[in-house]
Amino acid sequence: MEELKKLAKELLENKTVAAVIGYQQVDDKRTKPIIVTTPEDASKLVFNEYCLNNLAVYLTKARIKNLAKQNGTTLKLGIVAKPCDIHAIVALIQESQLKREDVYIIGMNCHGVVKDYGMDFSGETLATKCTPCDSHKPLYSDSNLGEVKDTPKVSDEVLEKIQAVEKMSHKERFEYFKKEFDKCIKCYACRAACPLCYCQRCITDKTVPRWVESSPHSRGNFSWNVVRAFHLSGRCIGCGECERACPMDIPLSLLNRRMTETAKQAFAYVSGRSLDTPTLVGSYDVKDSDELFM
Amino acid sequence: MSDKNWEPKIVAFVCNWCTYTGADLAGTSRLKYPTNVKLIRVMCSGGIDPVFILKAFERGADGILVSGCHPNDCHYNAGNFHARRRWTFFDELLEYLGVEKGRLQFSWVSASEGKKFVDVVSKVVNDVKEMGPFKSYDELNSEFMTKFPDMPEIDKNMIIKEEEAV
Ligand code: SF4
Ligand code: SF4
Ligand code: SF4
Repeated sequence: MEELKKLAKELLENKTVAAVIGYQQVDDKRTKPIIVTTPEDASKLVFNEYCLNNLAVYLTKARIKNLAKQNGTTLKLGIVAKPCDIHAIVALIQESQLKREDVYIIGMNCHGVVKDYGMDFSGETLATKCTPCDSHKPLYSDSNLGEVKDTPKVSDEVLEKIQAVEKMSHKERFEYFKKEFDKCIKCYACRAACPLCYCQRCITDKTVPRWVESSPHSRGNFSWNVVRAFHLSGRCIGCGECERACPMDIPLSLLNRRMTETAKQAFAYVSGRSLDTPTLVGSYDVKDSDELFM
Repeated sequence: MSDKNWEPKIVAFVCNWCTYTGADLAGTSRLKYPTNVKLIRVMCSGGIDPVFILKAFERGADGILVSGCHPNDCHYNAGNFHARRRWTFFDELLEYLGVEKGRLQFSWVSASEGKKFVDVVSKVVNDVKEMGPFKSYDELNSEFMTKFPDMPEIDKNMIIKEEEAV
């Protein structure tokens, strides 16, 4: 990844960017996020199948935004982004959380990432989000780097699971999800990892009145998981970070993906794909289907 | 359905300008509709947050109606258009999670449609009667009780009151 290191070094040297948010190798099969602020450190940047994080989550953090403010001017923030991460950046721009000129997107060509660190990259270990992925080349980027390789072909595991759930009766489904949600410990890691969960104050943190009970029991867990999935409906870009962050292995992608399908089918909308359209839930069309209403 | 005398609890979230006024008209026209329904007036269907629905289910609603002005009739021009998109997602999400379709229903009822209000409410009540008590959600409540073994005697309503006092 010499070209990545070289580009980042240049960008930092000529003060195009104040920092580059990227990945650093930890061991052969593991990386971690790094925020590079000096040209010397640019050599630490890498990109490979172990770059799992969606770094777009950092772009809305005040601490990171402040990095861009230098001597009275505001520089850009550089970010190493996979095509799916760029969808998150696009969604953030659509939702006015960011301006296009605030970021310098180093878009990486991507043929998939592993499910988890420590695995060899193959069809079997391909992250589930990569199977239905249709954008292996960055949609928006200021520089486009990386090799183009083929993504292993495997079946769409998440969609199959969704179809299996939809075959169940309502009662069985309720039981199934209740059991899954019961595992929730309300750590809110799913929220912290999600690039689109940027609210300064989440509805679950509101106590007067308390809309979503915060103690981990069935009732509160159900509310929380419904609210999380609903607030991401039509917005989720499917990076899978929430599910990866969940310490209790709750299949959050079953909810996200199902809502993504609704967005596609009911509104022909895919989140984070175009800077020229308004967001789905932030806009409306008088011609939207009226079927739901008596 | 087990108990013949069981009557469902229905909560209706209605907008001030159309459906609430429609319900008012039903009243002044002396039309009869089931008393199971408790109206909650909000200013606009676009202001009904889905957490209201979850709260109502948590507190024992067996069925819920959400109703506002017809498209193009919104007092605030576009509240109901925004609502329509959001409800499309919420409805599908709840159904996917195992809440039967009829538990949560939607309608547009204008200020002059007293009769339609009666029809809609009767339909919701009948549908929910057919489905019986919303046991699945109620079980979530009972687990709430067992997770707090120190207060086995306190009934559900007490907990709700404490929560409100926050
Ligand atoms: S979803 Fe697509 S862009 Fe994202 S990591 Fe997988 S293959 Fe790459
Ligand atoms: S909800 Fe999950 S998959 Fe969707 S954008 Fe957020 S972290 Fe990514
Ligand atoms: S990460 Fe998992 S356990 Fe933690 S709050 Fe989210 S769903 Fe619950």
